[in-house]
Amino acid sequence: MSLLRLERVHTFYGGVHALKGIDLEVCEGEIVTLIGSNGAGKSTTLKTISGQVKAKSGSIVYEGKDMTNTPPHMTALAGIAHVPEGRRIFPRLTVKENLEMGAFSVNDRKEIAERMERVFHYFPRLKERLQQKGGTMSGGEQQMLAIGRALMMKPKLLMLDEPSMGLAPIIVEQIFHIIRELNDEGMTILLVEQNAFQALQIAHRGYVIQTGEITMSGTGKELLGNEQVREAYLG
Amino acid sequence: MIEHVLQTLPQVIIDGLALGAVYAIVALGYTMVYGILELINFAHGEIFMTGAFVGTALLLSFSAFGWLSSMPMLLALLLVLVATSIVTGLLGMGIERIAYRPLRNAPKLITLITAIGISFLLQDFVRFITELKKGNYILTGPSLFTGQVNISASSIWSGFHDASVKSSFFIVLVTAVVMMMTLDFFVNKTKWGMAMRAVAQDRETAALMSVNVNKVIALTFFIGSALGGATGVLFAIQYGTIDPYIGFILGLKAFTAAVLGGIGNIRGAMFGGIVLGLLEMFAAANLPIVSDGILGAEYKDVFAFSILIIVLIFKPEGLFGKVSVEKV
Ligand SMILES: Nc1ncnc2c1ncn2[C@@H]1O[C@H](COP(=O)(O)OP(=O)(O)OP(=O)(O)O)[C@@H](O)[C@H]1O
Ligand SMILES: [Mg+2]
Repeated sequence: MSLLRLERVHTFYGGVHALKGIDLEVCEGEIVTLIGSNGAGKSTTLKTISGQVKAKSGSIVYEGKDMTNTPPHMTALAGIAHVPEGRRIFPRLTVKENLEMGAFSVNDRKEIAERMERVFHYFPRLKERLQQKGGTMSGGEQQMLAIGRALMMKPKLLMLDEPSMGLAPIIVEQIFHIIRELNDEGMTILLVEQNAFQALQIAHRGYVIQTGEITMSGTGKELLGNEQVREAYLG
Repeated sequence: MIEHVLQTLPQVIIDGLALGAVYAIVALGYTMVYGILELINFAHGEIFMTGAFVGTALLLSFSAFGWLSSMPMLLALLLVLVATSIVTGLLGMGIERIAYRPLRNAPKLITLITAIGISFLLQDFVRFITELKKGNYILTGPSLFTGQVNISASSIWSGFHDASVKSSFFIVLVTAVVMMMTLDFFVNKTKWGMAMRAVAQDRETAALMSVNVNKVIALTFFIGSALGGATGVLFAIQYGTIDPYIGFILGLKAFTAAVLGGIGNIRGAMFGGIVLGLLEMFAAANLPIVSDGILGAEYKDVFAFSILIIVLIFKPEGLFGKVSVEKV
C-alpha cells in the first residue's frame, strides 16, 4: 500500500530549478533508496517532503492525504521523521535532551521513557553518554544520536539523508545493519545515499536522480545489475 | 584615597546591586531574543519604559481608589507586577508578530532599523498618552517603601561607613532574584525551555522535531517583555520619577551587560548586569576623589564602557560567551 507518493514535484531555490518534476513512491514496509551524485537534488527531495522547502507545483500525498507544502512541524506530527544531512544534532543540548526533543509532541513521561529504552536497544552507546553535550560526540555517535532522536518520534516514515557520510566503514556497516533491523520490524524507510552500493543492497526499490530528474528506477537488484548505474555510481 | 574607596564600599555595593539587578533583567530580554533570532531588539528598552508607565499608572489608580491603604502593600505590588508583565508581554509578542515576523528572512539591518522605528513609536505613544492624561510627560508615582534602613557596615569592619537604603531596595532585589531564578529554571528544566534552547541552536531542525517555531519565538518575546515590563515597575518604585526616555539609555546599558556576559547566554546576561551596575556605582562614588576632582561622577558611564571595551578586546565573545559551535 502506498504510504507516500510524489507526483510531478517541482522545487525552486530562487532561480535555481532544483527538482524538475519528481515522481516517487514509497509503500508501507519498504526500504526505498534515492541515489545520485552531488547536487542532484536528493536532499531537496527530502526537504520538500518534510516541508522545509516549498514545492512550486506537483503533489505530495501521504497516507492518502494531500500533504503538499505542509510546514515541517506538522509533517513531523503526521509521522514523518526527517534525519537531515549532516546530522544536525543540537550541539549544546545533552544527549538526553536531544532524545527528548525527538519526543517533543509526547506528554506522557512513561511513553517517553519506553521509547528511550527502545533507542538504547539499537544504540547502547547513547545510554553511556546521556549527560554529554551533543556537540562533543564523535561523528559516528552523532549519527546514532540523530537516528535515535528520530526514532523517539516513533515515525511511520523514516527519511535518512546520507547517514553514512564521513563515517568509518565499520560504523557505516553498523548503521546499515540497524536500518535493516528497523525495517524488519515494520518501519518504512526512505534512504538517500551516495554510497549507492550498500544502499541498493538493502533497498527493496531504488530511484536514480540526476540534475533534478528521476532517470531510472527499479528494484535494488535490478539497479545493482544495471550497466549505467554500475558505471556512474558503483565504479 | 584607598580609605575613601573602602569607606564607601558598602553603599556602592548596595546601590550597585539595585541598579545591576535592573540591568540584569532587562539584559535577559535582549539576550533571549538575540539567542533565538540573532536580532538586537532595540525596542526592548522601550518595553521596559512602557512597563514603568503602566505600573505607575496602575499604582496611581490604586491609590486614587484608596486600595493602597486597604490592602497589604506587598499584595498591591504583586498585583501590579503581574498585570504589568501581562501587558508588556503581550506588547512584545504583538511587536514580534506585526513588525519582525514578516521580516524574518530579510537582511538583519532592515529588522534592526524596524526595531529602532518601534522604539520611537513607543516613546512617542507613551509620551502622548501621559501628556493627554497628566498634561506633562514626567510622571511621579505614589511613594512606596520609602522607609530608610540603616546598614551598620561599620560594625563589621571599622573602616566601612554605614550604608543606608530605601526599603524598596529589598523589594527590587528579592523580586529580581525570584524572576531570574524562575527564568533559569524554566529555560533549563522544562520542556518548553528546552524547545527554546533547541530553536536557538538550530531552528530548522527543531521544526523537524514537531516544534512550532513561531510559537516558541512568540513565547520568547512574551517572557522577555514581561520580565522587562516588571523591571520597569521596580525601577519606578526605586527611583521615583520616570519619563518616556528612560528606556533608551537604560536599554543601551542593559544591552551592554548582555554583550559583557556573552550575548545569547542567559546566565551571562544576569552576571553582566550585576557587574555593570556595580562598576557604575563604584565609578560614581570614586571617580571624583581618585581624579582629584577632574572627573565628576557623571563620567561613570565612560568608566563602565571602558571596562566593556577592555573585556571585549581580550574576550570578544564576552565573559561567558557561547561555546562556538563547529558546523559539521
Ligand atoms: N539553499 C539553496 N539555495 C540555492 N540553491 C540550492 C540551495 N540548496 C540546494 N541548492 C541547489 O539545488 C540543487 C540540489 O541540491 P541538493 O542539496 O538537493 O543536492 P544533493 O543531491 O542533496 O547533493 P549532495 O549529495 O551534495 O548532498 C543543487 O544544484 C544546489 O546547488
Ligand atoms: Mg544532500
